[in-house]
This record gives sequence, C-alpha cells and structure tokens, in this order.
Amino acid sequence: MTDTTTSTPAGAPDEIVTKALLRLVDLPYSAGRAALITLDNGHDHTKPNTFGLGGLTSLSEALDSVEAAAAAGEIVAVAVTGKPFIFAVGADLTGVPHLQDIEQARALGALGHKTFRRLGEMSIPSFAFVNGATMGGGLEVALMCTYRTLSTGAGLISFPEVALGLVPGWGGAYLLPNLVGAAKAITVIVESPLNQNRMLKPADAMKLGIFDVALEPADFLVESLRWAARVVTGDFVVERPEVDRGQAWDDAVAAGRAFADAKLHGATPAPYRALDLIAAARTSTRDEGFVAEDDALAALVMGDDLRAGLYSFDLVQRRAKRPVGVPDKKLARPVTKVGVVGAGLMASQLALLFVQRLEVPVVLTDLDQARVDKGVGYVHGEIDKLTTKGRLSNDKANRLRALVSGSTTKDVFADAEIVIEAVFEDLKVKQQVFAEVEAVVSDTCVLLTNTSSLSVTAMAENLQHPERVVGVHFFNPVALMPLLEIARAEKTDDASLATAFALGKALKKSCVLVKDAPAFVVNRLLTRFLGEVTAAYDEGTPFEVVNSSLDPLGLPMSPYLLLQLVGPAVAFHTAETLHQAFPDRFGVSENQRRMVEAGKTTLLAWDGATPRIADDVAALFEIGDSPSTAAEVRQRALDAIAQEARLMLDEGVVAEPQDLDLCMLLGAGWPFHLGGITPYLDRTGTSERVTGRRFLPAHVASVG
Amino acid sequence: MSTQRAVRDVVLVDAVRTPFGKAGATGIYAETRADDLLVAAMREVMRRNPNLPAGRIDDVAVAATTQIGDQGLTLGRTAGILAGFPRSVPGQSVDRMCAGALTAVTNLASGIGVGAYDVVVAGGVEHMGRHPMGEGMDPNPRLIAEKLVDPEALFMGKTAENLHDRFPHLTKARADEYSLRSQEKTAKAYAEGTIQLDLVPVATRTAAAGWGLATVDEPPRPATTLEGLAALKTPFRPHGRVTAGNAAGLNDGATAAILVAEDVADELGLTKKARLVSFAFAGVEPEVMGVGPVPATEKALAKAGLTIEDIGLFEVNEAFAVQVLAFLDHFGIADDDPRVNPYGGAIAVGHPLASSGIRLMAYLARSFEAHPEVRYGLTTMCIGLGMGGTVIWENPAWTGTNDKDA
Repeated sequence: MTDTTTSTPAGAPDEIVTKALLRLVDLPYSAGRAALITLDNGHDHTKPNTFGLGGLTSLSEALDSVEAAAAAGEIVAVAVTGKPFIFAVGADLTGVPHLQDIEQARALGALGHKTFRRLGEMSIPSFAFVNGATMGGGLEVALMCTYRTLSTGAGLISFPEVALGLVPGWGGAYLLPNLVGAAKAITVIVESPLNQNRMLKPADAMKLGIFDVALEPADFLVESLRWAARVVTGDFVVERPEVDRGQAWDDAVAAGRAFADAKLHGATPAPYRALDLIAAARTSTRDEGFVAEDDALAALVMGDDLRAGLYSFDLVQRRAKRPVGVPDKKLARPVTKVGVVGAGLMASQLALLFVQRLEVPVVLTDLDQARVDKGVGYVHGEIDKLTTKGRLSNDKANRLRALVSGSTTKDVFADAEIVIEAVFEDLKVKQQVFAEVEAVVSDTCVLLTNTSSLSVTAMAENLQHPERVVGVHFFNPVALMPLLEIARAEKTDDASLATAFALGKALKKSCVLVKDAPAFVVNRLLTRFLGEVTAAYDEGTPFEVVNSSLDPLGLPMSPYLLLQLVGPAVAFHTAETLHQAFPDRFGVSENQRRMVEAGKTTLLAWDGATPRIADDVAALFEIGDSPSTAAEVRQRALDAIAQEARLMLDEGVVAEPQDLDLCMLLGAGWPFHLGGITPYLDRTGTSERVTGRRFLPAHVASVG
Repeated sequence: MSTQRAVRDVVLVDAVRTPFGKAGATGIYAETRADDLLVAAMREVMRRNPNLPAGRIDDVAVAATTQIGDQGLTLGRTAGILAGFPRSVPGQSVDRMCAGALTAVTNLASGIGVGAYDVVVAGGVEHMGRHPMGEGMDPNPRLIAEKLVDPEALFMGKTAENLHDRFPHLTKARADEYSLRSQEKTAKAYAEGTIQLDLVPVATRTAAAGWGLATVDEPPRPATTLEGLAALKTPFRPHGRVTAGNAAGLNDGATAAILVAEDVADELGLTKKARLVSFAFAGVEPEVMGVGPVPATEKALAKAGLTIEDIGLFEVNEAFAVQVLAFLDHFGIADDDPRVNPYGGAIAVGHPLASSGIRLMAYLARSFEAHPEVRYGLTTMCIGLGMGGTVIWENPAWTGTNDKDA
C-alpha cells in the first residue's frame, strides 16, 4: 500500500535548484523589518528559475525561518522576488517523464501546495514583487501572497499549463478565479494557452486585476518595498473589486467550455479539467480547491496527453533551434543582397520577410514592369501598414522601403549571394529560371527554390554549379508560419546548405532538414491524409460525417476547411505530383479535378457556422454510394498517416520521427497533445497495427 | 536679438544621495553597478519634486573620476535614459576628481546664470570598489621627468602627510580629535534623523545572498575612541600622521541635485534650499593638494564681496582631517567650531570621490533650514593634483534684514 501522506515526489535527475535566498531588510517609513526572499537558480536570465523538488525544499526551509521570525515578532512582512529579469517560470517539468505512479504524481502537486500556501497563511502579510517573467508555478507563488506588485518591464506573464496538457495545479486554478472572477481567470488559464499560448503583458495583467500595483523597472524593488511599507503601516489600503459569484461565474465556465469545444472537441482533457476546477472554485474552500488541483494534476501527469505535450514542447523549444544533421554553421556565407525571381504574391511575401529580417537589399524580378511594380508595391504597402500600426518607426520603414527594388532583367542579381525563385510550380519553368540566373550571378551564389512538391535535384540538373541549389519550403502565410523545410538535393554542398540554414535562422524560422523527396514532410502527410478523407466523401460518406471525422483529434481545423485554406488548385496540384510519385498510395480526386478545371476556387458555403460544399461546386461532383462511418474515416486517415510516416523514415526523408512531429507541430499547427502525430499513432496502437512497430520508444512521449 | 543679458539667480531645489558604502568585496554595493546607484539618486530627486516635469530638464551633468565601464559611456546621458528621463533631455559627463559633482553643479549653474538653462540635474558617482583610485591611469612621464609634479602628488595620503609637514602645529593629535568629533556629530545627526532625510534606499543584490536594501551609510564608526585612533597604522609613511581613522575611506555612492533659475522655481512652486552666490576654483602645489580650499575660498569670497566673517555655516569635505584643519587654521576658525560640518563629514560618512560635492550641499541645505539666522554658508573641497573648489550659498530661509547692503 502506498501511503499518500508520506509519498515523496521524484525529483528531476539534474534539477537546477532555484534557491530561496533569505535576507532581512528594514522597510522604509519605519515600518519595521521584513524578510526578503530572492528566488535565484544561480544562472543568468537565459536559464529562468523553476521549481523542482530541490527548489520547493529550499523555499520551504526559507519559510521555516520566516515563520520563526514572525512568531518571535522580529518581522512585520515577508516578500518574495526573483533574480534579474526573472521571477519564476513554473514547475521544473524535466522530472515528469520519470513519474511512473499516480501517488508520486499526486505528491508533487501536494508538495507544491504545502510549500506555496504557507506564504498566504502566515501571521504577517506576504508580498510578491514580480520583477520579471512569471509563468505557471511562479505566478502561483505570487497568487499565494497577500499582495502583489508588478514591474512594468516584466515580460511573459502566463499560465501556460493547459497548452502543455496540465492545469495550474499549485493553487492557480483555485486562487485566480477567486481573485479576479471566473471569466478573467478562464481567459488566462484556458483561452490564452489555446490561442498560440499567448502571454500577458504587464498592462494586461494589471487590467485583469492580478496585481495590486504596477511599478517601473528602474527602481522596482525599492518602490515595491516602499509600497509594502505603506501597506504594512496602514498608510495605504489595497482595495480590490468584488468578484461576481453569481450567474456570471457559471456563464463564464459555460463560455469557456464552448471555447474549448470549438477548438478541441473534447480531444484532450487539460482545458476541461481546468474549467472543472474553476467551476468548483466558486464555492469550494481553499483546502478543497487545492485537493481538487492535486487530483487533476495527478490524473494529467499520469496521462499520455501531457507526456506528448512535454515532448512537443521540447521539440519546438530545443530541436527547432538546433536542427539535426545540419552542416557547421561556420560554412554559411554572409548574405548582403538577396534576389527574388518572380513578383507574385508568394515572391512578394518572401521579399517582405527578407527585407524585414535581413535588412539587406532585396530585388524582385518579373517578366514585365507592371508585375514588378505590383510586387514592389505590395512590399512597400505592407511596410506602410506596419508603420501605421506602430510596428515600424518611420525611419525604419524608410530604410526598408529603400532596400526593396524591382527589375525586368536578372542582371540585378549579379552581386547577390542568394537568389530565390518563387515562380510557377513547373519544373521546366524553374529550370529555365535557374539557368538564366546562373548566367548572371557569382559561382557561389546560392540558388533557392521555394517549391512545395517539385524535385530540387531535377531543378539543379542542368546547371554549371548544381551544388548551389537548395530547396526551401515556406508555409503560408510566410510571415506567420514558423516552419521552414530545407531540402538538400543530390548535389547540394555543405556551404550552400549551411547558408540556407543560416538564412532560415535569420528569418526566425524553425528549420528542419529534409531529403529532396516529393512534397517533403508536411504536404506529403497532409495530402495523404486529405486524400483518404476526400476519397471517403467521394465514395458517398455524407459531408458532415467526413468533415467532422477527425474532431476527436482536436486538429486546428476540419479537413475541408484546410482544403479551402490551402486552395483547391494548389492542393490538387500537390496531390497530382504525389500521385505521380507514389500512385499506389496517393489518389487523385476526380471531383477535385472537376472543380479545379471549372475554375472554382470557393469550395465551401456556410450555414451559420456550419460548412457545406458550395452548391455550384456540389453540382460538379459525382458521389458514390459506399458511405463510411466517422470512425472508419478516421481510422483510414490515421492508418494512412502511420504508413506514410513509416515509409518516409525508411526513405530517409527526415532523420527521426521527432522531425516529422516537429514539422506537423509547426507546419500544420497540429496540437501538442498529439505530440505532432507519431506519439498519438503510438499510443492508439495505430503504428503497431499498420507498420508492425512504434515510432518512439515507450516513455519518450507517453506514460507507457 | 537682444544684446542685454540678465544674470539670473540659481537655486538649489534639492539634493539627495544613496547611502554610502565601503568599497570592496564585502561592502554593501560590492555587486551593485555604479550607474544603478546614480540612477537611484536621480530618480529619487525627481520623485521628491513632482512639480518639476522631467521634460523641463535642459541638461544633466554627472561626475565620476574614473570614467570607464559603468562610470563611462557619457554617464550624464546614459543615466538620464536609464532613469526614464525623456529622450529630449541631454546629458554630459564631468570630471574634476573629488570635486566632480561640485563642478557639475557650478558648470550647470553657470549655464542657468547666463540664461542657457532653466532647469538642470547634477550628479556624481564613484564606485571605488569597482573602480579603484588610479584605475587605468597613465601619467605622462614628463610630469615626473621635468619635475612638473612631485611623485608623491599622485598619492593622496602622501599629500596629506606633506600637509602635516608644512603645518607642524597641525598635529596628529589634533587630526585624531577632529576625526573623533566627525564620528560623534554623524552619530548624533543619525540619532536625530537628519541624515536619513536625504538618503534614497538602494536595492542591492549579491549572487550569494540575493536582494537586500541599503538604507543607511556603511562607513560610520560610532564607537570610535581617541585611543583607538591613536593606535592605527600610518600607511603612507612610517611613523606618519595620516591613518584610516583621520581620513575618509574608500567608498561607493552617488548623489543627485536639481538646480533651477529662481524665477523657474517660483513658476513651478519648487522649494529653494540654497541660492548660489559665487564659486571659485584655485590651484596649489599638487603635493599639498589639501590646502586647495584656502585660495579657492579666498577667491569665492572676493567675487561675492564677502569676508569669512559673513559665512555662518561651513561644509568642508573631510578627505583628511589635516586638510580641514589647514583650512580652519588659515581662517582663524577653531577646530571644534560648531558652524563647521555640524552633521559630521566624510571621515565618518565616507567620500565616494566625485559624488561628494552634492553631499556637502545636501548637508548645508539641512543646516540652512535649521539656522534661519544664518545668511551665508559655503561648501568647499580639496582636489587631487593640487586644487580647491568653493561654492558660497545664501540661505533662502534667512530671516534677518539686509543690514550690510543698507
């Protein structure tokens, strides 16, 4: 039998312990002496403070001393602050993959509560001086305190737990709604994490009422101590608005559920557990609230969704920054000018991105002056928009505008170190373009092709220097999508590849090295999966069944919405390319062909929030009579992905399953709780059933 | 364009400082940056005067003796930016060693006097722990080769010993007695809460101990005794007279002051703590730099049309006790005259070189407040390489009548 009261949580094996450094300070205004705790893990701001077993123990020991001093009447207040630029960014989750039983998991939650809650339950008032980044457990420390000051220079304020697959379970889910009301708490705890893990700015946090006063960073600690002294002496009385505990509370929870359903269709438990906790916090006592948090934490910690979430987090935080299999970055050539062939929308978006991030001359070319003018005009217009929004200063805008120019001849590329083509997806056209470019540029100028499906090797074939060609697959919209697939062609040399990766990094993209294989990673997996779904529709499955068949995965959008977003013509073109490469697995929807050939671009019509196939498009379709159930469609789609993923690994399209997952997370926006995709395929047994084996070893992204 | 240029009166609105710390690895500011000390003082002096919009500041001058690292980068400008002053407020750095802040004040006051400025912020900082005296010094070899300065002139302690040589009647015993009084007066002023009035608390942090708060000066030794002073070593000369007890220590600290044209003080409703009357700097032989305040004061008095008898309060920087005694001796003032350094001085409270001039002004302003019967006071300092600087101030709180002019 496990005794829950004595079970100790397992610590992370290499915990960087955040120490609670305790000093006594004399408060201004003769307010008395205060205990001041500094949270500091001994590293600079690039390694933020976190709470693991060691950190909680250190804080607990400091609080022992504080309580003794308070009992002896030696201090009138206790305050907690962080190291420069960082308060604390939450629990040290590096130990979670090692937790193998639910009592250990529960003990981790309980230890956090037991430690933090002392801050709010002493005989003297407690203050959090939130000087910098504060997330998760850091924010919970602050919430436990009686009062909170916030630096207006503090970045990153959030409860990101739900995005990972957790809940703010060290008091946050109980305390925040009781402080600011359910609606605001749900914004912070549920909605923001599900909206690309949005962070609060200090002004937002103040507006929500999470902190009592905002103070400037220049003398934040001193002014916080002065403020605290005034509170202690009674010179200043903190007033907080009354929380509405009536119908508004339940309405907010219901709205939160609707929000989560719209995003996730119940696909992952964390947001719902958080909403349950917030719902209960209206009436439950502090003890009840904290126990409920322990229960929720334990269940989630021992669930696969969190394990996949942590795996995903690690991929996007670490692997995305240090791509695998990339040549030494010292080989990268400096880039002082970029050429863009084509002045269409994609080319113009690329030009905008290049000029913004690289701040070097970017020159666009196209066949005639009108197209060139349109492309340059687009970039200038976007720069104007950014200026109007206050995102660019006028001087910066002038600088950027002056860097963008256009030409109808390729001579202007002569001194460029990189030329990227973004012309029509046709091999002959692209080969022709590169031949023309090569006639002008230096021998070492790197030629990039922004292709989504064509062979980069074939594109380089007839060149004098095929080693200079690299495939770079940007995702739409170029400015926002974080992924860049970088394809090494057969003859690509290390220097060119390193230059492409350095470029990707400078563009602030997460780069993944892929083999020059049809459609690379994201498009290949999405096309395979969409192919199965659209086939099911073409075969006679009702639209609403097909389109909602993947809802239980919690994907960012339904398959047909994705199809519409990509554009039926583009999707069809990619499907055709893949069909040519792999005719056994990639079909071509005749219905889509009809639609594209008829020049239709709008696939869907809407009845309120419910989509259907637009009437004029539906009229073109021929539908079969062998419908499938939603479960059948889903299994067919997942089986197809599993098969394709395994084949891609066997072909060496990417080095490891982690790269496939990273691509799906960043390129397709697939959710953390799926771990991209392979953890989900593993934990549902799909991988073993379809391919005979798992993608990842047990425990990497799952409990078992 | 008008060719008439009215000279405007300059008033000191406020002067604050950080608590002073002991330089070195165990001092309160061991891991605190010099510019952070300065910013704390600059923000506090503005915070205490909410009627003064920062956008009205016409210039910021900050003094530091060693202008490198966190005391470099044109500190008057960078500190203004760090303090949150509007970008429109310019800044400069000033150096006249120990009289840096005093010079920042006189330079800027001159600008107000001729109408170039309305409002200025002067400051000084010296983190002698991070920047030991002489750091990066590269004296031209001609200075010694051509006997332009005595080799001892670069070592302040030795110049103080030289001063004892020049004035044999200024004995070590008198220096120690003077120093004991400085400690006692400081302790008394602390007990009465006077000194604390112009201190800004400073957040201090060490990697090992976390954040702390400096609220009081670290250097004072209220337990000082004559016996203890007598027993101290004389590090600058065997069997010498200058000790750590009768000299200011090595310290960290910063000061800041607001000066405005008097009409602007009236317009904005700012307090007037002192009105500038005259100032002067003078040079002496570098090897007896401590005597510098004598000619500087003579000159300032002459320019003001005043005599030493007109001065009712003296703030004399206590770099060394002997140098204060030389000043008092010259003007026939008793060693223990209560008008001199009534709240103690640098021997007790510390002397972070370039910051000290404004500390003297803050002390004088408090004395003026306490002595409305006094019309004139002065702040004076000796300066390395043989200089002195003196500023004569009028007490705006003076309640007497203008007999002399009548």
